[in-house]
Amino acid sequence: MTDSQRIRLSGREYRGLERIDGSLVFMKNTHPVGYNELVQITDKDGNIRSGQVLDTSDEAVCVQVFDGTSALNLPDTRMVFMGEPITLGVTDKMLGRVMDGLGNMRDGNAAPMAEARRDVNGSPINPTARIYPRDFIQTGISCIDGMTTLIQGQKLPIFSANGLDHNILAAQIARQAKVRGADSDFAIVFVAMGIKYDTAQFFIDSFESSGVLDNVALFLSLADDPSIERLITPKSALTLAEFLAFDKGKQVLVIMTDMTNYCESLREISTLRGEIPSRKGYPGYLYSNLAELYERSGKIEGREGSITQLPILTMPNDDISHPIPDLTGYITEGQIVFSRQLASKGVYPPVDVLPSLSRLMKDGIGEGMTRSDHPHLSNQLFASYSHVKDVRNLASVIGEEELTDLDRCYMRFGEFFEQRFLKQGTNEDRSIEQTLDLGWKALGFLPREELSRLSEDEIDSHYTAAEA
Amino acid sequence: MDQAVIGRVKRVNGPVVTVSGITNASMMELVYIGEYRLIGEIVKLEGSSATVQVYEDTTGLAPEDPVYTSGGPLCVELGPGLIGSIYDGIQRPLEALRASGGDFIGRGQSANSISHKQKWSFHRTMEEGSTVSGGSIIGYVDENSNIKHKIMVSPFCKGGKLVDLAPDGEYDVTQVIANVLGADGRKTAVRMSHKWPIRKSRPVQSHMSLSVPLITGQRVIDVLFPLAKGGTVAIPGGFGTGKTMTQHAIASWCDADLIVYVGCGERGNEMTDVLREFPTLIDPRTGRSLMERTILIANTSNMPVSAREASIYTGITIAEYYRDMGYHIALMADSTSRWAEALRELGGRMEEMPAEEGFPAYLPTRIAEFYERAGYMKNLNGTEGSVSVIGAVSPPGGDFSEPVTQHTKRFVRCFWGLDKGLASARHYPAISWLTSYSEYVPDLRSWWDRKSNGAWEADRTAIMSLLQQEVRLSQVVKLVGSDALPDSQNFILSVCDLFKTAFLQQNAFDDEDKYCNADKQLKMLRLIMLYYELGSKAIKAGSTLIKVKRLKVVQDLARMRFSKDLGDLEQRLRSSMRALEEAYDR
Ligand SMILES: Nc1ncnc2c1ncn2[C@@H]1O[C@H](COP(=O)(O)OP(=O)(O)O)[C@@H](O)[C@H]1O
Ligand SMILES: [Mg+2]
Repeated sequence: MTDSQRIRLSGREYRGLERIDGSLVFMKNTHPVGYNELVQITDKDGNIRSGQVLDTSDEAVCVQVFDGTSALNLPDTRMVFMGEPITLGVTDKMLGRVMDGLGNMRDGNAAPMAEARRDVNGSPINPTARIYPRDFIQTGISCIDGMTTLIQGQKLPIFSANGLDHNILAAQIARQAKVRGADSDFAIVFVAMGIKYDTAQFFIDSFESSGVLDNVALFLSLADDPSIERLITPKSALTLAEFLAFDKGKQVLVIMTDMTNYCESLREISTLRGEIPSRKGYPGYLYSNLAELYERSGKIEGREGSITQLPILTMPNDDISHPIPDLTGYITEGQIVFSRQLASKGVYPPVDVLPSLSRLMKDGIGEGMTRSDHPHLSNQLFASYSHVKDVRNLASVIGEEELTDLDRCYMRFGEFFEQRFLKQGTNEDRSIEQTLDLGWKALGFLPREELSRLSEDEIDSHYTAAEA
Repeated sequence: MDQAVIGRVKRVNGPVVTVSGITNASMMELVYIGEYRLIGEIVKLEGSSATVQVYEDTTGLAPEDPVYTSGGPLCVELGPGLIGSIYDGIQRPLEALRASGGDFIGRGQSANSISHKQKWSFHRTMEEGSTVSGGSIIGYVDENSNIKHKIMVSPFCKGGKLVDLAPDGEYDVTQVIANVLGADGRKTAVRMSHKWPIRKSRPVQSHMSLSVPLITGQRVIDVLFPLAKGGTVAIPGGFGTGKTMTQHAIASWCDADLIVYVGCGERGNEMTDVLREFPTLIDPRTGRSLMERTILIANTSNMPVSAREASIYTGITIAEYYRDMGYHIALMADSTSRWAEALRELGGRMEEMPAEEGFPAYLPTRIAEFYERAGYMKNLNGTEGSVSVIGAVSPPGGDFSEPVTQHTKRFVRCFWGLDKGLASARHYPAISWLTSYSEYVPDLRSWWDRKSNGAWEADRTAIMSLLQQEVRLSQVVKLVGSDALPDSQNFILSVCDLFKTAFLQQNAFDDEDKYCNADKQLKMLRLIMLYYELGSKAIKAGSTLIKVKRLKVVQDLARMRFSKDLGDLEQRLRSSMRALEEAYDR
């Protein structure tokens, strides 16, 4: 059978399921159905749900139902195979609207007229078409701008944990982020997966109060929505993001929260299908699956826009080696890692800079981009702050009084770095110069000879020893 | 297309497709499936059904779709025009795909791996009537100003007499430029390109022993944990510890003739980085752009997983091909863990019984087979060449006890373990001097000692022993503080500190320090050891550690990596130390 013959059969309705298992349904005796095809499922009351073919053979078809299977029965459920993958109608009129995971309007109002339909699975960007991202985004937050600089087109996740202020930070970044000297057409795509209503509302309020809500498209699949819907939500959202960035030339920031919930839905389906798990029950393809989302960011040669991703995930048990943060870190271009210890010292944002990293920072900072001393300065701050940890350990063993003078300098440096450099207000918007100057002020607590990562010239022009 | 149908799709489960009604097919045969002619490979045959691993996205594929034969296994096309190209995992040229299909990679796209139109200027080096066999070099073309591309008889050819040899002139890679007349009277055509199945290593006369280092320009590697030309090394490390940067640095600066860089299941932007940066970087040895010695294979993490599995074979086959011409190739695979995971994913979809952590039981065999293709070889045609393999490993959670790291360790002889703690302190390259090793040290000793009059070995041993002592001493310091140690021992700690900042660290973004030649490495090492020797003497004579450390010349040692030539550092070191000592001699 050719595709065209099959398309004629698509649209035919079948009644009666073979089996329902969690969010999966199975049907026999259909025409040959294509892998990944969109499926329309109608329950006995005439309500329509959407699904996708996960496995197809000449014996049976297995369909995952995004709206969940509750209240479906075997005999009365009807299915139509649509003969095409799941698509999303896209238009920039979706900015300012609230949608569900499949892109249906949640507010009940009519959907805007689509300008194009796109396969939500997307296609890989040809590496030869990419432009290496280099443009510095000033977030006004010192630990990010100074130490893990965000670059336009980067995918930079926040590794947080339950109860920490990741949402506040994400909202602050969304409010304050700007490329200096550029007057760009920006948009935000906000993707909620399994988060609570009030968390989503917090973001909406924050967008509203900063007057950008009209530039935000919200895709919400909340905690009380079917968990399976979370699997399609980021795909729909990224499909719109690609349209906005690469067709409409907008600088798009995609905030996705909480990736942990997304991964759990994936595990749920995988377990249901009896697949061989790899670590902690997550499927072996978790890496590829996440990569298919995260790699939908960047810049393309000859096109105006960009997609910058800010995924948020909560590390189960605060464990950074858990498969979700681990595989994420292997795909994304760095990570911003939260520390419960810093949070409990009252430091906001509680970013532990040592395990944090921005891989794209190297090409976006320095002379002509931020300031010429930035690369060596951040390097020195990392090196010195990592020594603080050793000194603190020593102090806890032998007592602070027993420390050498040099070690005491490190203790004071560490205090200043955490309490003045890292810590800032939730509305405080620091310029990169302010951030770097604060960094130098912290280094002032250390003797000059300790600054081996900086050049003599840099030290001469910026260093002032702190008063004892 | 007019290929014959050999079966029909029975089931589609992601990249794994079951085919029924198979009439005539063989294992590892390349097939085309459905209307888009998606490329796949038969990985299992059972009665009249077959399992096919498909190299492209299978969306829309349905039962009853036809399966066509290609008549052979998955091959790469080898000939002039490979250098400077970027391919996906099954050697589709990404530049050409972009030109025809746009910025996103769609399905069912194809293009010739090397241009069939471009004319190359062929120079014969053999006479009509000579006796040839598989691998014989009959002529060459200048692929670029660095690489003479030798035109070889395919190793599959049984050999015979060289006839119908074309005169020097311009030919494309599809034209017959000679025939080999076999003993059976049959002629085999020789073109400037030939195909080779990726899963079969190209034959050689013999393996040779390894005795020449692959100089990488990275001090921690060349001095502490050297790699031999033809050797194998694993770089394991958690995310962000520097696997890719190390691979990039070696690809940029090592003294191989040719680089094959396989981006296997990693980031798109990293391939773009190489693609955009290499043409602008100059190879210090040839003065030519680095892209003129580089071939890229990019099967990024979001590209189909089966092609990821194939990508490292595609890469190593191309490397072997250039080795057969007598060149030294360095192949980087970033990351072999993604390849192993592709095996796991495909195995899982085929419902194979898993062994450790879901990986198939044949994982160790596959890893071994891959690394076995490295080596310093005497080629069929008598030339000598080498393939060195540098494989990144991405252990889950950064834990080296997992299966891929452990099995890889069994089959490589060199190990550059990356350390999370070093990376987070921004000590780069974060290659741990405690967990890393190189079994090539004895093989390379005589090369280095010839170069340094024996200093390499002596200084290397001395610094390694100081680093060992440092571990013990810093345990003590952690418990009681540094005041508890005598100056002579605290001095060891500070020499090790200096060695780490001044020697082991090497910033890949620093214009001067990203590459350090072997002579400078030796000098720097000597200076640090001299500082240790003279400093110890001064302290013994009664000077204090503080005085030794505060010498201006020590600050200069700490920054010597940033200056091109080390000038009078040694003299100044000697005279400052002498002055210190004399103050106490009296
Ligand atoms: N030799 C080096 N010099 C300077 N920076 C480095 C070096 N090695 C690693 N880095 C830093 O570490 C980051 C992560 O390195 P990368 O090689 O991408 O890690 P991995 O591949 O192990 O995840 C880089 O983006 C860079 O900032
Ligand atoms: Mg990497």
